[in-house]
Amino acid sequence: MDFGPYLLLALMEGTVMAAVLALTAVGLSLVFGVMRVVNVAHGEFLMLGAVLAWFVTHYVPGPPVVGFAVALVVCPLIVGGIAALSDTLILKRLNYDPEATIVATIGLSYIFQQAALSFYGPDARPVEAPFNLRIQFPWFGYSGYKIAVVLAAIVILLAIWLLMTRTRAGLIMRATQLDRDTARAFGINVDRVYAAVFALGAGLAAIAAVLIVPIQQAHYLMGHDPLLLSFIVVIIGGLGSLRGTLLAAVVIGLSDGVISVFFSPTLAKILATLLVAMVLVFRPQGLFGAKP
Amino acid sequence: MLQLQNVHAGYGNVQVLRALSLTAKAGEVTCVMGRNGAGKSTMLRTIMGQIRASAGSITLNGTPIHGLPAHEVPRHGIGYVPQGRRLFSELTVAQNIEIGLMTRKKGAATRDHVLSLFPRLRERLSQRASTLSGGEQQMLAIARALCLEPAVLLLDEPTEGLQPSMITLIRETLLALKSTGVATVLVEQRVDAVLAMADQIAFITAGTVAETIPAKGLSHTASQFQKYVGI
Ligand SMILES: Nc1ncnc2c1ncn2[C@@H]1O[C@H](COP(=O)(O)OP(=O)(O)OP(=O)(O)O)[C@@H](O)[C@H]1O
Ligand SMILES: [Mg+2]
Repeated sequence: MDFGPYLLLALMEGTVMAAVLALTAVGLSLVFGVMRVVNVAHGEFLMLGAVLAWFVTHYVPGPPVVGFAVALVVCPLIVGGIAALSDTLILKRLNYDPEATIVATIGLSYIFQQAALSFYGPDARPVEAPFNLRIQFPWFGYSGYKIAVVLAAIVILLAIWLLMTRTRAGLIMRATQLDRDTARAFGINVDRVYAAVFALGAGLAAIAAVLIVPIQQAHYLMGHDPLLLSFIVVIIGGLGSLRGTLLAAVVIGLSDGVISVFFSPTLAKILATLLVAMVLVFRPQGLFGAKP
Repeated sequence: MLQLQNVHAGYGNVQVLRALSLTAKAGEVTCVMGRNGAGKSTMLRTIMGQIRASAGSITLNGTPIHGLPAHEVPRHGIGYVPQGRRLFSELTVAQNIEIGLMTRKKGAATRDHVLSLFPRLRERLSQRASTLSGGEQQMLAIARALCLEPAVLLLDEPTEGLQPSMITLIRETLLALKSTGVATVLVEQRVDAVLAMADQIAFITAGTVAETIPAKGLSHTASQFQKYVGI
């Protein structure tokens, strides 16, 4: 293949990566932004979403598209429920102390991993794509499903943006983020907002998982990379800044795709980590975060 | 009527309020004075449920409110203007007002009424709260609390750092509210402002109300000001 088409292919792979990463990282960023909780278990919420997607698609009869559609609705709800429960039973009792919640979410991530290992097993299992469509470009054919993933991610991220900026629920979340004592003084049930935001963040990771699982397979250790990359994205974008998170996801996703195709995935990760180090040294609040 | 009886409260194991009692009647302004660190803000935060009273009772028209979760206290009609304003700084004026309205599900009529009290806010609805001047921020903090149509209004040093014309505006607003039957608790350090507004004055020292006196006929030189505030 010529360089041009090859680059196009790499960019397309990068776009798929960026789309899924944006979903995952926005979930992490939302939780940090509103609750000031660094959720180390975020990657495991993604993993749970993927494993549940395997179960759902495996046991729902009918053509793959039916099972997949069910998974896309049910998995984020279950994972969100687990997250809300974790918030109420664990994080709330720690009073959302920043250090204690880090330790607690590390603990949670091991619990989820071991649970997945016990009930799902150590194998990576594929989930069939809901449809098989190959889009033929002049130079190569490309998976129609991957393009659908990108479109779905854009729609969901747009919905999140509308939720945060245009709805009463978004206003309540932002008020809670800005000043939780004062939010309480105006009738906002902060405990409920926190549980909902933690569920929403985890739900986004689960949606990303369901979308990615026909491409990547479900495995009980699959949460590590998305967690690392989400942290990279969120640090570069500026902790808690949704706009920054989105932009950084696109930059990291695209460059990861291109570098992986032309050189190697390992080099892509090394460069991303280097970029984080540079940002931390020269602009620790992130590219879009407010100055402390 | 808001009534605190023998309230004890503090932070962790630091006791701040000790057997504090105070009554604020409808249609009256109760001014609270005391030195820095006496516990004035702590008292208001305890009323709001942000700090739990470890003993004693707080009642609103006879209904106990001291056991309520913090977010339910304002729903009973207690508006709060915290020290330092505590606006939702990244939100617009309109959004700050909207959060005030949401507290007790008030609508456009309340909004219009509140904005008519502070026309300058109406001109700045889409401006971020953090970009308002100090005086405008204080107006917004008061407007946000008035959006609850409160029966009780708690204000923590609302005139701190404001110029005389702004202080006059705030005073007129509070006096107008008083005539509508609101029970006002005003933490205030300026003697002239207190004398212009107060029906009664409660002096706090070391976390307790040491003395409560009627304001009528009181002079600037009353011994209590010297004794409890050091002016
Ligand atoms: N979050 C906190 N944690 C621990 N102690 C606190 C906290 N807030 C206030 N205090 C202490 O409680 C005491 C009373 O403080 P408070 O803010 O109620 O005083 P105040 O009368 O409002 O003073 P000022 O006139 O300076 O506003 C002080 O000794 C203060 O150090
Ligand atoms: Mg104070």
